[in-house]
Amino acid sequence: MSRLLLLGPAREAAGVRSAEIDAATVDEVIALATLRFGKPFAEIVAISRVWVNGVEASPGQDVGPIDEIAVVPPISGG
Amino acid sequence: MDGASEWVAVSAQPLAPDELVAWATRRDCGAVVTFCGTARTTSTFEHEIIELDYETDVDLAESRIRAVTARARERWPEVRAIAVHHRIGTVLVREPAVVVAVSSPHRREAFEAAQFCIDAVKHTVPMWKREVWQGGSAWSEQTEDIVDVGDLAP
Repeated sequence: MSRLLLLGPAREAAGVRSAEIDAATVDEVIALATLRFGKPFAEIVAISRVWVNGVEASPGQDVGPIDEIAVVPPISGG
Repeated sequence: MDGASEWVAVSAQPLAPDELVAWATRRDCGAVVTFCGTARTTSTFEHEIIELDYETDVDLAESRIRAVTARARERWPEVRAIAVHHRIGTVLVREPAVVVAVSSPHRREAFEAAQFCIDAVKHTVPMWKREVWQGGSAWSEQTEDIVDVGDLAP
């Protein structure tokens, strides 16, 4: 199970701040999360970056139980 | 005696700019430049903002800020101390949401490094703010795609 971290508008759209998802690749994690959390979440994912352990994910990247996948929507800090 | 040279914090505690200035002041430094980003009433919405509500993952945000301070040190090796604090949770209008303090022997490096740090924090740190007005709130519409500090123009 990989840990999915949902930040800012992604957290709001999903209704949870984190989730455990069983998948072999980062793409599968996002696809399963989109099924679980629905259209508002899918709309946020479409404009977000996806990180694995704090680094931009590459397409099809393998993930395992110690990996943290983060959905990072466009930012508005400072 | 001068202590640590980095002080990065992301927390819900109110920020204390004077404390950062005092911490950054060093015996061999003639300059301490401070930047305070404060919550203001205006926004892209047609409402008067009364507070901002910041959200992040603290570990991720602090790690990204440390990447910013490391880059600042590479570019301005004369810089002695760098403090970057970002508040999360509720920040009332006029309160600081982010404070940067940089010390160096001479002012030019302190000014340049402080400006780099606040600009880089805005572009590279995962942080989101809700704008809150009387009777409503919404995520800020002033957003940008996050980038890595290495992607910023030299």
